[in-house]
Amino acid sequence: MKQISVFLENKPGSLHKVLQKLKEWGINLRALALADTADFGVLRFIAENPEEVAEKLKQENFTATITPVIAVGVEDRPGGLCEIVGLLAEQGISIEYLYAFVSPQKDKAYVVLRVENPEQAEAILRKKGKEILEKIPV
Amino acid sequence: MELLPREELQKIQLNRLKKILVRAYHNLPYYRKKLDEAGVDVYRLKTLEDLKHLPFTTKSDLRKSYPFGAIAEPMHNIVRIHSSSGTTGTATVVGYTRKDIETWAELMARTLCGCGVTEEDIIQVAFGYGLFTGGLGVHYGAEKLGATVVPASAGNTLRQIQILKDFNISVLCCTPSYALYLAEVARENHIDWSQTRFRLGIFGAEPWSEEMRAEIQKKLPIQAFDIYGLSEVIGPGVAFECEEHQGLHISEDHFLPEIIDPETGETLPEGTEGELVFTTLTKEGTPVIRYRTGDISALYYEPCRCGRTLVRMKRVASRTDDMLIVRGVNVYPSQIESVLLSFDGVEPHYQIVLTRENYLDKMEIHVEVSPEVFSDEVKKLEQLRNAIQEKLKAELNLSSEVKLLEPKSLQRTEGKARRVLDLRKKEGSK
Repeated sequence: MKQISVFLENKPGSLHKVLQKLKEWGINLRALALADTADFGVLRFIAENPEEVAEKLKQENFTATITPVIAVGVEDRPGGLCEIVGLLAEQGISIEYLYAFVSPQKDKAYVVLRVENPEQAEAILRKKGKEILEKIPV
Repeated sequence: MELLPREELQKIQLNRLKKILVRAYHNLPYYRKKLDEAGVDVYRLKTLEDLKHLPFTTKSDLRKSYPFGAIAEPMHNIVRIHSSSGTTGTATVVGYTRKDIETWAELMARTLCGCGVTEEDIIQVAFGYGLFTGGLGVHYGAEKLGATVVPASAGNTLRQIQILKDFNISVLCCTPSYALYLAEVARENHIDWSQTRFRLGIFGAEPWSEEMRAEIQKKLPIQAFDIYGLSEVIGPGVAFECEEHQGLHISEDHFLPEIIDPETGETLPEGTEGELVFTTLTKEGTPVIRYRTGDISALYYEPCRCGRTLVRMKRVASRTDDMLIVRGVNVYPSQIESVLLSFDGVEPHYQIVLTRENYLDKMEIHVEVSPEVFSDEVKKLEQLRNAIQEKLKAELNLSSEVKLLEPKSLQRTEGKARRVLDLRKKEGSK
């Protein structure tokens, strides 16, 4: 799965400027996270047609980039995420960041993971019968 | 010397100028080349007026001579090296013979004396000691004068204040912005100045205004004096204010000043503003002929009310080039630019923002982040920012804060880019 990341300056209105554009283009955000530091922020989100959206953002002078991420289904119970992270840890795969979003399905949650080697991580998770999404369900 | 009639002074100047020209011609290949190209015969100088036919020396001449090409003596005659700024190949290096060090101490003693320092005083030198000429220059002058020197060097303000109090300091030497900062810290620590002998402040190494003088004198129990110098000429001790505060007296028996039109190079008449140019008359280690300082000033030959006949220069408030003085350190925007461009993917669009916080200069470098270098991982962006900060510090000898910006967020102009936003000017008078 592909994620779009946008660099945000730390000043009032930065996030609004990006969201305003996405609204104009009729782009619906499926999942998102905002990372912030004292000086700048990074908006990460998942939407339909990521390449096209990233291209449009670049044309509007935003710094946008496409990052491969894994969206994995997690059972909605205590320890569900722990199990997934454990599988990766066993194989020595470290996680850069992750964020979660809800699923319209009952008893299911989804987690977006950024790891250094997504193919390898996907293979490990698939082998254990975990659900890897190609597309986020609406 | 300070009271000499102008005619006699000029005789001494001419005599010394003839000697220094011949010496520079024979001992400095870069200078000989310059003179030969200009078709000047150093033996045919007749009057001080003839000086205007000699070629200028620029900072870039001295840089090209890095490290020792501007030293006119064999190394065994050189007892000290000073350097303008930083550890980069673009610094200007100046060598001093034993006699130069003695001359410098003498001039600095004259300077301190002119500001009212006596051998009864205890002087705290809070200029940096090192390649920078401020600390050691003042130090030797104060010893020569017979005052008691406390070589505190720069930094650690609480300790500086403790010393001021405990050692019965009467005179403080530092940059004017540091004096204001020290005053603030002292106020926060409820220092009662009436319990001290503190009476004089001698400030230099950065441009400052009359408003700033008033502010310093309001916050500290002192009279504030401006001194002037530059490492390429000798260091502090080139010129000083007397109690009249009507410009700075130049020690003309050692430095021959001129004011030129920075565009045409033509010598300008008395009282007209232009670029200050110096010829050293006695320096052995690194003599400079018609050195263009880049400082804008004017000269006044009318004798001062204090009785000194030495010419007075207007205090320096601006420069001809884009050199910035940040916490006493010389910084060229081009130095910053070359550091930034050494990082792949950093855009050539940047802005240098100078502010004054707690009376201390603060430098921020705003840099646009290009799509190539952008990572969605915060730690990689932070690594980039820290790497730029560290490299700038190593190159400039000065810490700054780097801020990453969105591309195209800095204003584009059709003409010359506005690289520097200097917001310090008015803050001193706040």
